[in-house]
Amino acid sequence: MTLPLRVLYCHCTYANVVPKAVKEEVLRQLAESGIPFDAVPDLCELSARKDPSLPDLISSDEPLKIVACYPRAVKWLFSAANTPLPADGVAILNMRTDTAEAIMAQLRGEMETSTSEEESE
Amino acid sequence: MSALPLPTVAAPPTAGAFRVVLFEGTGAEPMPNALRSELLTGLLKSGYATSVVRAGGNVSPMQSGTLVVLGRFTEAQPDTLDAQPDAQGGPVTVHFRTVADQTAAELLAQVETLREATQLPKPGTWKPWFPVIDYDRCTNCMQCLSFCLFDVYGVDSEKRIQVQNQNKCKTDCPACSRVCPEVAILFPKYRHGPINGDVVSDDDVRRESMKVDISSLLGGDIYQALRDRSAKFKSRFSKERDSDKALLERQKCLTKLGEQLDIPAEVFASLPSLDEIKAKAEAAQAKAEAMLAGQSR
Repeated sequence: MTLPLRVLYCHCTYANVVPKAVKEEVLRQLAESGIPFDAVPDLCELSARKDPSLPDLISSDEPLKIVACYPRAVKWLFSAANTPLPADGVAILNMRTDTAEAIMAQLRGEMETSTSEEESE
Repeated sequence: MSALPLPTVAAPPTAGAFRVVLFEGTGAEPMPNALRSELLTGLLKSGYATSVVRAGGNVSPMQSGTLVVLGRFTEAQPDTLDAQPDAQGGPVTVHFRTVADQTAAELLAQVETLREATQLPKPGTWKPWFPVIDYDRCTNCMQCLSFCLFDVYGVDSEKRIQVQNQNKCKTDCPACSRVCPEVAILFPKYRHGPINGDVVSDDDVRRESMKVDISSLLGGDIYQALRDRSAKFKSRFSKERDSDKALLERQKCLTKLGEQLDIPAEVFASLPSLDEIKAKAEAAQAKAEAMLAGQSR
């Protein structure tokens, strides 16, 4: 069985706008969860330099969860790098407004829901 | 030697990507939690994209570039492997490094050494502060192009406004977002909404419109206000011959403007001379007007 979604985490390394306690706790829980995931230092930096890894990071057959900041910012950061996010299958979780527990609950809940749907098919 | 289930490779080929993989899938033992966490945090803080690969799930593919794979491998791995796992993908150079008794700092140093060998620039040397346009809101009015003195904005081949020179933007200055009547300019690293990307409310739109009005109250536009204040201060300066008073007056003007638009003092310190500002503003205005004229045809 493979996990029914992909996770991309942004550490917002070069600014202090994402609460440090939230991003570090999300990262710690992800690291200890057994979930495979991609982590980037700073999506803003990747967008600014139109990093060649951006298309890879969002190319996915599974639903993609991006753990970063405001969805409007994330959407247009990818667009600015000529790598628009797919219209469907992408959800953005906001570490500037949500707690680490809420974000991890959404990730775990999504996985459990999708897994049980897969098993019942 | 068993083949490790590394990220797959996809088209089209590109170059220059550099990624670290903490490998805990088939063929490797999991890392201790403390080491994994410290290493992951250290890599991200140092600017390295990192994938944690485990059994039962996928991470993103790698089209081309350099992969550094760190793991507690159960079988010996080659030091370096050149691969092209997909006909449409570019070459991927994979460096394997076995995690044994090294500390996170020592492993990070190994990654640094490999990155230096690729001659890729050191990440994190620039704070990524720049405007991002929300094209769901942008009306292509060109106010940002007219306003910015640092050549951050330009237009694409379809005469649509775009951010062309992110690295010319002045760190922590969100001034252009203040003159956007549609709240269409984001600075994702700004403290407050909606400029930081938060949802735009009707109140936000009204407030932003008021800010444009405030800039009008200053004398038509901000640069005109600067020029007017400068002319006044020059006149007073010539009469009073008091350089301290003149400096104080100029500082007061700039402080007031800075507070209203949340512009850092450093930006004012790096402004061109008034003559240069005038020339740049006129050139930007002409460019914007030409673009707008082109759109209406």
